[in-house]
Amino acid sequence: MSAIIAIIRRDLLLAMRRKSEVLTALFFFIIVVSLFPLGIGPETALLRKIAPGILWVAALLATMLGLSRLFAPDHADGTLEQMVLSPTPLGLLITGKIVAHWLTTGLPLVLLAPVLGIQFDLDTGALGILVIALLLGTPLLSLIGAIGAALTLGVRGGGVLLSLLVLPLYVPTLIFGAGAMEAHIAGLGAGGHLSLLAALLALAVFFAPWATTAALRIALE
Amino acid sequence: MNNSHKIIHWFKYASPQSFYPLAGKLIPWFWALAAVFAGIGLWITFFAAPTDAQQGEGYRIIFIHVPAAWMSMFIYMVMAAWAGLGLALNTRLSGMMAQALAPTGAIMAFLSLWTGALWGKPMWGAWWVWDARLTSALILFFLYIGFIALQAAIDDPRRADKAGAILALVGVVNVPIIYFSVKWWNTLHQGASVSLMKAPTMAATMLWGMLIMSLAFWMYSIAVALTRVRAIILEREAHTEWVKELAEVKGVTP
Amino acid sequence: MNWESPAAFFAMGGYALYVWGSFGACAILLIMEPMLAVKRRTSILRSLRRERLAETLENP
Repeated sequence: MSAIIAIIRRDLLLAMRRKSEVLTALFFFIIVVSLFPLGIGPETALLRKIAPGILWVAALLATMLGLSRLFAPDHADGTLEQMVLSPTPLGLLITGKIVAHWLTTGLPLVLLAPVLGIQFDLDTGALGILVIALLLGTPLLSLIGAIGAALTLGVRGGGVLLSLLVLPLYVPTLIFGAGAMEAHIAGLGAGGHLSLLAALLALAVFFAPWATTAALRIALE
Repeated sequence: MNNSHKIIHWFKYASPQSFYPLAGKLIPWFWALAAVFAGIGLWITFFAAPTDAQQGEGYRIIFIHVPAAWMSMFIYMVMAAWAGLGLALNTRLSGMMAQALAPTGAIMAFLSLWTGALWGKPMWGAWWVWDARLTSALILFFLYIGFIALQAAIDDPRRADKAGAILALVGVVNVPIIYFSVKWWNTLHQGASVSLMKAPTMAATMLWGMLIMSLAFWMYSIAVALTRVRAIILEREAHTEWVKELAEVKGVTP
Repeated sequence: MNWESPAAFFAMGGYALYVWGSFGACAILLIMEPMLAVKRRTSILRSLRRERLAETLENP
């Protein structure tokens, strides 16, 4: 456990030193979301309808941005090989890295999303659902994305390839995440969507670090 | 004693060296079966199956659409099974089989999308409808493309095999989730739509036609995958003794 | 029999574009794919044969 915390602390410290990376993803999210009303028009009824989809797709793309740097710097300076050799199980260390990735890219999105939601004329209830859905969904994005990041580690054209591998796997998260808000706006209640999202998260917490670890071992062979 | 002997016998064929000639012997048989089934299937498609009361002649597309869609899903599962086998037992052949199957699966997925669109235009009035089946077929196509792209990007074949295997296994876990989520999304947004398969009276001839066409597609897939795996074996084992001793390499006409 | 004339067969009751578009694409892809697979094997075989020939010329 202490090993996980040490890894998280280390990655957060590194992220603090390279603030620009974190901020780039965050501003990317803000700009993409703000561009849509400019492209579509300021009609509030329409904006309210498309808000869930836009916020979620933008969140998906924003988490993708940092993903290729999840393991690459550690791979370059040999830290990753040290991790493989360390007595602590690699799976735990990788889980720590994924948590740190979520804290630096996912959590800021969760905190920022309601502010952007106001741009789309969403009411307080919908904003609440948005935050809860993102809180469940963004860790899922980090977990699934980590598998892709590990598979494309050190591979030619890794960045583009990563999005090709990971984005189709993000579809269920997108559907249930955006669906939760839509269901709430339509007055159907978001409970079903949110519990499915939670179930997916539980499944991913169980399997994703394992698959990521296996992929990393292959990459380091 | 006897049992272990059998296992060794099976593993013999798991080596590329002994699988290469075996595949060579099997390929013509699968081509022949594919041709026979395709002949019967096409005859049923165009001559035995009567005109549909509601869909006219346009429904004949389903005789290739449904087999292509089935094969695209089935091949993905077989590919993942080979991949898993390769990871578990570390056999060289498994990765090559997975690699050989992927393009065929992608083509089947593409064909199911293409024929679905051509069926949808006259029936739904649109080339593309965000129907649950079509949407998950599209995502399956993306998964195939991702698998092929990942393997193409990695130079070391052993690493490509293993990385592809993990991706295929992650994909196979996700395929049902994706299908379920798309279906859920679909019912939320537009209610149940007309389905290709939901012909109210599926006549026995139609069922037979679809079944035989599926067999044709199945035999075709095996034949083409075996043909491709032979090429892959030669590429990967180019510098081994047994490849150099092959009759077709020596230039001796067999 | 379904068809009164070959023309009726090719017209497919007005669905010619869709039916022949589907079957045509299917035929093209399912003929191209094995051809490419065979070509892949013949080209690797050719280079293997060339390598072998080069070896025999070097050390006769």
